[in-house]
Amino acid sequence: MMMETLFYIAAFVALFATLQALSRSNAIHALIYLIVSLLAVATMFFLMGAPFAAALEIVIYAGAIMVLFVFVIMMLNLGESGDLRERQWLQPKIWIVPAILASILLLELIAVEREFDGLTSGREVPPKEVGLALFGPYVLAVEIASLLLLAGLVGAYHLGRRFMDRNRGGRG
Amino acid sequence: MGGLQIPLEHVLVLATLLFTAGLIGLMVRRNIIFILMSLEVMLNAAALVFVAAGAHWGQADGQIMLMLILTVAAAEVSVGLGLVLQIQRRFHSLDMDNANRLRG
Repeated sequence: MMMETLFYIAAFVALFATLQALSRSNAIHALIYLIVSLLAVATMFFLMGAPFAAALEIVIYAGAIMVLFVFVIMMLNLGESGDLRERQWLQPKIWIVPAILASILLLELIAVEREFDGLTSGREVPPKEVGLALFGPYVLAVEIASLLLLAGLVGAYHLGRRFMDRNRGGRG
Repeated sequence: MGGLQIPLEHVLVLATLLFTAGLIGLMVRRNIIFILMSLEVMLNAAALVFVAAGAHWGQADGQIMLMLILTVAAAEVSVGLGLVLQIQRRFHSLDMDNANRLRG
C-alpha cells in the first residue's frame, strides 16, 4: 500500500513539473522544472523495479541532454547583460518550488531504502538481465543505435562548426 | 508473483497525460527551444510506457527499448540544437515562424 502511495506522489510530481516546464516563458526556468520531471520519472522507474533504467534516465537525460540545452542557451546569450540576468535566475521564488519537488523525490528514495524492501513490481529486473538481452537478441539494435549516434555527431558538428566560424569571422 | 502492483492502466493514463502535455506544448509554443523540450517530454512518456510494460511482464525488453529511445533523443537533440544555433544566426530570433519557408 505504501509503495503505491509513493508511486502516485512521484507521478503527481512528474505531471506538475512537466506542465510547469512547458508553460514557463524563461528557458532556464523551464529547464529546471524539466529536470525535476525527469527525476520524478526516474523515481518511478526505480519503484517499478527497473533500477538500471532509472540510472540511465538520470545520467543521460537529466545529465547529458539537459546540459546540452543549458550550453546552447548560454551560447545564444539572449537578453540583457549577464550579471543582472544571473541575479534574476537565482531569486528564491524561481528555485524554491523545484527544490521542494526534488526533496520530495529524495525523501521517497530514502523511505524506500530504509523501510520497505519490496518494490512496486513483484520482480525486479536487474541490470545483468538487461545486459544479457542487449548483447544477445538485441545486438543488431545496438549497432543501429551506434550508427544513429554517429550520424547525430556528424550532423551536430557540421551545423555547429559553421556557426562558430561565421561568429569568429564576424567579430574579427 | 510477477507484475506491477499498481494497475498498468494508471501508468498508461499518466503517460498519456505527459504525452498530451508535450504535444500541446509542441503545437502552442513558437520558441524552438521549447519545441525541442516538448519533443523530449513526448519521448519520455513513450519510454515510461515501455518500462512499465517491461515491469508488468517482468522482462528486460522494456528497459532495452528505453535505451534505444535515449539514443534517439540524444541524436535528435544534438542535431536540433545545432539547428537552433543556425536559426539564431540567420534570423536573430528563436521564433519558428521565421523559418517556415524553404528558401531562407
